[in-house]
Amino acid sequence: MLLLKILFRNAFRHKLRTILTILGMTIAILAFGILRTVVDAWYAGVEASQANRLITRNAISLTFSLPISYAEKIRQTEGVEKVSWGNWFGAYYKEEKNFFANMAVDPKSHLEIVDELILDPAEKSEYFKDRRGAIAGRKLAERFGWKIGDIITLKGTIYPGDWDFVLKGIYMGRDETVDESIFLFHWDYFNERMKVQNPMEADQAGFYIIEIERPEMAAAVSGRIDAIFKNSLAETLTETERAFQLSFVSMTEAIMMAIQLVSVVVIAIIMAVSANTMAMSVRERLAEYATMRTLGFGAGTVFLLIFGESAVITFTGALAGVALTFPAAGLFRSELGQFFPIFIVKATTIWLDLGAALVVSLVSAVVPAFRAATAPINSALRRAV
Amino acid sequence: MAEPFVKIRNLSKSYWRGGRQVPVLAGIDIDVAEGEFLALMGPSGSGKSTLLNLMAGIDNADTGTIEIGGVEITSLTEAELTAWRSDNVGFIFQFYNLVPVLTALENVELPLVLQGLSRKERKERAAFFLGLVNLSERTDHYPGQLSGGEQQRVAIARAMVTDPLLLVADEPTGDLDRRSAEEVLELMEKLNREFKKVIVMVTHDPKSAERAHVIRHLEKGYLNAAP
Amino acid sequence: MAVPFMYSYRSLWTRRLTTALTAVGMALVVFVFAAIAMLAEGLEKTLVETGSAENVAIVRKGAVSEVQSGISRDQAAILETWPGVATGRDGRLLAAKELVVLISLSKRGTDKPSHVVIRGVSPVSLVLKPQVRLTEGRMPRPGTNEIMAGSSVSRRFEGAGLGETIRFAMRDWKVVGLFDAGSTGFSSEIWGDVDTLMQAFRRPVYSIVIFRMSDQGSFQQIKNGIENDPRLTVEAKRETVFYADQSKALSTFLRVLGTSLTLIFSLGAVIGAMITMYSAVANRVSEIGTLRALGFARASILSAFLLESLFIGVVGGALGLVMASFLQFLTISTMNFQTFAELAFSFTLTFRIAAQSLVVALVMGLAGGLLPAVKASRMNIVDALRTG
Repeated sequence: MLLLKILFRNAFRHKLRTILTILGMTIAILAFGILRTVVDAWYAGVEASQANRLITRNAISLTFSLPISYAEKIRQTEGVEKVSWGNWFGAYYKEEKNFFANMAVDPKSHLEIVDELILDPAEKSEYFKDRRGAIAGRKLAERFGWKIGDIITLKGTIYPGDWDFVLKGIYMGRDETVDESIFLFHWDYFNERMKVQNPMEADQAGFYIIEIERPEMAAAVSGRIDAIFKNSLAETLTETERAFQLSFVSMTEAIMMAIQLVSVVVIAIIMAVSANTMAMSVRERLAEYATMRTLGFGAGTVFLLIFGESAVITFTGALAGVALTFPAAGLFRSELGQFFPIFIVKATTIWLDLGAALVVSLVSAVVPAFRAATAPINSALRRAV
Repeated sequence: MAEPFVKIRNLSKSYWRGGRQVPVLAGIDIDVAEGEFLALMGPSGSGKSTLLNLMAGIDNADTGTIEIGGVEITSLTEAELTAWRSDNVGFIFQFYNLVPVLTALENVELPLVLQGLSRKERKERAAFFLGLVNLSERTDHYPGQLSGGEQQRVAIARAMVTDPLLLVADEPTGDLDRRSAEEVLELMEKLNREFKKVIVMVTHDPKSAERAHVIRHLEKGYLNAAP
Repeated sequence: MAVPFMYSYRSLWTRRLTTALTAVGMALVVFVFAAIAMLAEGLEKTLVETGSAENVAIVRKGAVSEVQSGISRDQAAILETWPGVATGRDGRLLAAKELVVLISLSKRGTDKPSHVVIRGVSPVSLVLKPQVRLTEGRMPRPGTNEIMAGSSVSRRFEGAGLGETIRFAMRDWKVVGLFDAGSTGFSSEIWGDVDTLMQAFRRPVYSIVIFRMSDQGSFQQIKNGIENDPRLTVEAKRETVFYADQSKALSTFLRVLGTSLTLIFSLGAVIGAMITMYSAVANRVSEIGTLRALGFARASILSAFLLESLFIGVVGGALGLVMASFLQFLTISTMNFQTFAELAFSFTLTFRIAAQSLVVALVMGLAGGLLPAVKASRMNIVDALRTG
């Protein structure tokens, strides 16, 4: 159709200007998408948490532990299906910057509850058998080039000294939301050394992981567990895995808010650029729009032509930006995987990208469109001269 | 005597310039008969273009009435006026005002988009009028590839394509060399003669004005007495 | 001969909408740049000021933060009387054994918990940390469940106001005093008597030993002595260095974030400036021809257009800085990745950040204006005059 042809050809009339604007839009949408994904990655643990899983920890704070004797009492609580426990170990590999999540866990019960970690049955039984056995996520093993059978020495920060482990298995996540960069080993091995090295910290679990029968019972079961240990030396705080993860993440909320704010600022920047382009283009073409109005085209048509042109430019840029987001996220994953184990571009991000493009295209077109559609025809015509 | 095609009574118009009201037209009365070719002449600032714009419905009068083909356009709303223009007026401008991103044929076709014709009908009709102005071989050229005279002929074809009752031309030869100007004027005469179009043309060139049946002079917003 | 500055200025004014939009784009970039630099600056300032250079901080070997550290009573006793510890006016040794633990507290008005540092201190601690001033109430008495809260904790956490009580470690603790420690990290802490707290938390070990050196130059010697003593498994750092190291990850994160965002965003703003300047050139082709015909050299045309673009940059940069300077009224609190503790700090605008921001703005203006200005200066006089 002729009007569409006018629209498209107008959009590319000033090639340099249009290409620059599209490029700007591409960069903006790319930055926006990556920033949103960073925020999502931050909350990935919350998203991946299971509804039928509870975490029990010391009510004072995470840095305090609970007696191991609690395991049995929790297991006997009504509504509890399975119990496992572990300690945050906080060690690093060779150098302090080689930091990753590492935990001492009770291997069998842990893998029974945390069933999203997929391990080869042969590797699993090897891991169970060897007291010094450990398993690592696929990404973590790739990062340090670990192979099954390797002896891995970690340096403790909370529990001092060198700790030797034998890598017995490499686990995979059930889906892409599972963190594949965790290191897990026998709690017994850890506990025995504690008995010798620091008896005060022996027979202590940092946290309990609990599987409950039905997710809707989470609140009731949490209440029951905490009631058992009320007024004891170590009071507990039990919450769903989601609430637990969220409490962690919410402590850094300020930074995430800043990133979200900045992702809006980048859209504002490109809005200024795109509005500028539209304002200039329409100003140069006021006489053409006036001519069309003399031919009988209404203000609405002129409006649509300008909004359409703006949409063509912004969406071309936005789609390129969306397309580039995926390889960029891939690069991000490979370079910064240690900070963001889960880095997935979500569908919501793409919708937000497109929404942002729509807003930019509307906002940048509205003033020029209004001007072109309502300027007195005779004076607008004169501007051609 | 039959009712005149254009009947203008007591038409006044002024502009605000630098906080001062500048009268442009002061109580104009003028009739244009069916089939007439009228030339409006006068020095710059005499109000001739304003009068033309008012007749074409792209400017609003302060007082007075304009009746064209039995319709009092001074009482139409903006939307009604837009629709009326689309059906009844063909424009010819000094600088042609073709849409630069459309070919010659597409430019002629453009006003038909509003007429609810099929694509085929539109193409045929546009091609016919392009033929009428002797530009059949320029169909697929863009305005930038045409000479001034050719562009103006495309503009004339565009003005004719909706079969309007009235053609308004503002200095149609103002930007053309002598030879192209002659061609354009001959074309306009032909449209007046063969297609019975009422033409109102603003010009300051006496040679162009000679082609018209009637020449009226404007000076400082007043129409000189009819000859 | 230079083209008068007024020429550039006037031409910007005639296209004020376009000029304004371009300047706003740059202002936003400068704002983001300055804001993040101010945040990192504020964080570093807070942590550096938290320590004093004449103090030595000793924690267990390998511990990154005070919370992770543990120093047994006998080791602490050795450190307390280490040769080189300064003596106070009253003849006491200026050494303090402190306990640092984290507790979960809810922020006022929400049920979101955050980790707050509880520090068990001895009377000498106040001498060693002159930044800390009691502003209201009194000091907690040893042997009682009394605590005092730092200004930024008492404002933001449930139960931490003067006269209120907080429950932790199976006891209710009354806030009997408020203290202010300026912009240091101590303002984000709660203090109580070290022995009472150790009992309550059933922690038999200290977290950190701090002492003042009698001789500033002796640090290296003290450090070597302590770290090589076979009875001790600790490491010693200057207190300033110790706290700065604790926030290294967070401040590096902020700096990297800031630099990469500024780079990406400024690309967008440079594109905006290029669009504006190209159209400025295109709109004034015949004007440029006239100027050249009047005898202005290519270089003058080039500098006139560059000046125009730089001017937009200056306006944008100034605007962005003004916006960013309002951030100084804000306080940010976030969890420090390394200590897991809540830390409050403010945006801090320094002269260096202001200068860097303006440089960023000028570079954007220059980058955006260069190609269009070259194009303008290369124009052929006759062709330029003929156009328009």
